[in-house]
Amino acid sequence: MSSEAHGDHGGHGDHAQAHGSFRGYLTGFLLSVVLTAIPFWLVMNNVLDNKQATAIVIMAFAVVQIVVHMVFFLHMNGRSEGGWTMLALIFTIILVVIALTGSLWVMYHLNANMMPGHDMSQMQ
Amino acid sequence: MIFGRLTLESFPLHEPILLVTFAAVVLGGIVVVGALTYFRVWGYLWREWFTSVDHKKIGIMYMVLGLVMLLRGFADAIMMRLQQAMAFNGSEGYLTAHHYDQVFTAHGVIMIFFVAMPMVTGLMNFVVPLQIGARDVSFPFLNNFSFWMTTAGAVLVMMSLFVGEFARTGWLAYPPLSGIGYSPDVGVDYYIWALQVAGIGTLLSGINLVCTIVKMRAPGMTMMKMPVFTWTSLCTNVLIVAAFPVLTAVLALLSLDRYAGTNFFTNDFGGSPMMYVNLIWIWGHPEVYILILPAFGIFSEVTSTFSGKRLFGYTSMVYATVVITILSYLVWLHHFFTMGSGASVNSFFGITTMIISIPTGAKIFNWLFTMYRGRIRFELPMMWTLAFMLTFTVGGMTGVLLAVPPADFVLHNSLFLVAHFHNVIIGGVLFGLFAGIVYWWPKAFGFKLDPFWGKLSFWFWVVGFWFAFMPLYILGLMGVTRRMRVFDDPSLQIWFVIAGFGAFLILLGIVSFLVQIGVSVLRRDKLRETTGDPWDGRTLEWATSSPPPAYNFAFTPVIHDNDAWSDMKRRGYQRPLDGYRPIHMPSNTPTGIILAGLSMAVAFGLIWYMWWLAALGFVALLVVAIAHTFNYHRDFHIPVEEVVRTEAERTRLLAGAGA
Repeated sequence: MSSEAHGDHGGHGDHAQAHGSFRGYLTGFLLSVVLTAIPFWLVMNNVLDNKQATAIVIMAFAVVQIVVHMVFFLHMNGRSEGGWTMLALIFTIILVVIALTGSLWVMYHLNANMMPGHDMSQMQ
Repeated sequence: MIFGRLTLESFPLHEPILLVTFAAVVLGGIVVVGALTYFRVWGYLWREWFTSVDHKKIGIMYMVLGLVMLLRGFADAIMMRLQQAMAFNGSEGYLTAHHYDQVFTAHGVIMIFFVAMPMVTGLMNFVVPLQIGARDVSFPFLNNFSFWMTTAGAVLVMMSLFVGEFARTGWLAYPPLSGIGYSPDVGVDYYIWALQVAGIGTLLSGINLVCTIVKMRAPGMTMMKMPVFTWTSLCTNVLIVAAFPVLTAVLALLSLDRYAGTNFFTNDFGGSPMMYVNLIWIWGHPEVYILILPAFGIFSEVTSTFSGKRLFGYTSMVYATVVITILSYLVWLHHFFTMGSGASVNSFFGITTMIISIPTGAKIFNWLFTMYRGRIRFELPMMWTLAFMLTFTVGGMTGVLLAVPPADFVLHNSLFLVAHFHNVIIGGVLFGLFAGIVYWWPKAFGFKLDPFWGKLSFWFWVVGFWFAFMPLYILGLMGVTRRMRVFDDPSLQIWFVIAGFGAFLILLGIVSFLVQIGVSVLRRDKLRETTGDPWDGRTLEWATSSPPPAYNFAFTPVIHDNDAWSDMKRRGYQRPLDGYRPIHMPSNTPTGIILAGLSMAVAFGLIWYMWWLAALGFVALLVVAIAHTFNYHRDFHIPVEEVVRTEAERTRLLAGAGA
């Protein structure tokens, strides 16, 4: 394994495709700029009257932004590292979804059952 | 200014128990340091062990750390047993509330974070690269750094014994009790920073082992040809990588509450202590599977080796492990059914908890069917495995009982719960670790452990366990709550006396274990093992010599089947005797121990509000870390002559064993 292992250590450039191209980085950069600029514009100019709608739209842009970073900067696709990055991504998403929705669900119930005093109208 | 809030009063001079302990520790420390200096082994330890990046040596150092901390954690345990057996009929026992609360907190924290975790990590570190035919882990320096970070956390906990105090909050430090309002002293800060420092080590070693298993398997070893221990290690380390950041985040929020006056978990200003409980158990439940999965792997290796058979249902074993990995994220609420989530939430988590026992049960059946019609050799590792199956099943059943929310409303916070989790952690994790230690000891040191003292230790441990914890089940059913210092009802005393007797038996078990190691070292020439394969093993680690050479395998093996070594033996594998080449290996480095020492200084500064120390330490950390990136002497080649010499020695030993 000795010589092969040596090759691995210094051999990050073996797969040029894995590290992307100038064109890929530029596309990613432009997309990121656009996806950052639009939410700024939405907030600074009060484009949507509804604050909640603005928040939802910004969240949606954030999700797209994450995908852009993963594809253009982290070079993730279904084939990289023999599918391991995709598997890791799916696993991560499952766990994050479980932790977030679970916490929200649990905390909502706890709040409703254990913190009745928070509803000020009932306090009268 | 210089010492922050560290004053002369911070030293527990008024506690006679601690003073005596301190004197004993100082005397013992002087003897050890003196002996090490007298025999001039400091240089050897530093060069060959402390700075080593060899996964085998790091694994052994993890085991030593775990063993030392086991003694500390057990000292806490026996103090609690004594206190609870005494404090009846108006007696206050011998521990003040202030001291007793620290003892039970320290016991829990030490046993989980600084005994079970280092030992599990140590075994994985030692065994996994050998099992997959690799020369080391993916990131050898990181491995050394991880070990020293874990050690730094352990040192911080030990320091709290004599400098200041430890937390008095229970092992998970629930707010608001752990908030600055109710715990203004340094105890909780020791807790937070010890876990944060050790947590970095755990997380990095998790990343390291995941990479190792995914990227460094020998050619031919597909995922479904990996040994089961490697599989369980993979799942455990995936869990570590996914779960430990949650612990880090929740402790960071708690420290913001304590240091910066935020209100994440306070009673007022919109803080929610319940959120802390929720978050810490999102880490906490996967944590128990982080501990038990490698133990399941050990039992799988041991059962198939000592039954002389291939593991029954390898595929189902792998899938059960993966299913447990995922499901372990869906049950965390069962740790706080009574906090008031309501029926729908509680039922959901009650049902998921019952579901997770199914893959675990499947594993038990797999082991039983492996043994069925096998030629079972009842050697020590197999004895631990059988004791595990009997003990753990009881613990599992009480667990399912606690998973029923109405039952949990009766039993929560009681000694029944305490008995349950000791039942699964001792009966599962600890028995597994002992099985693993006896099983892989000859691989690590080249001689077997003495079986007589081992069997003595085994029987003391198993019988002691049942004596110590069955009374707690009974007491819990009668409604006795945990963490009590004194009792009113004299009729309960007998149960605590029985439990104390059990703890005494366990003490004998630990002593026998230490004697076993001592005796085996003295008689190592008689117990010598020259073949590299003392148990007629089945997996790749038994293909190399005991102890393995620094480079593990002179030639990377090629794998054709599960149980690779068994397959090689069956096909009449011949060890290649020439054609050696120089072997490329990573170099040792002291950077890991320096970084961990600096992290400890930062933590100490933060605990005692010595801001200058924290700042200075942090800057030094950055400087050392950056300087290390300019260290280009990271690797070397073991010259071919040395490989030839090592392998010739092995050939000679093998010939001697055959003759």
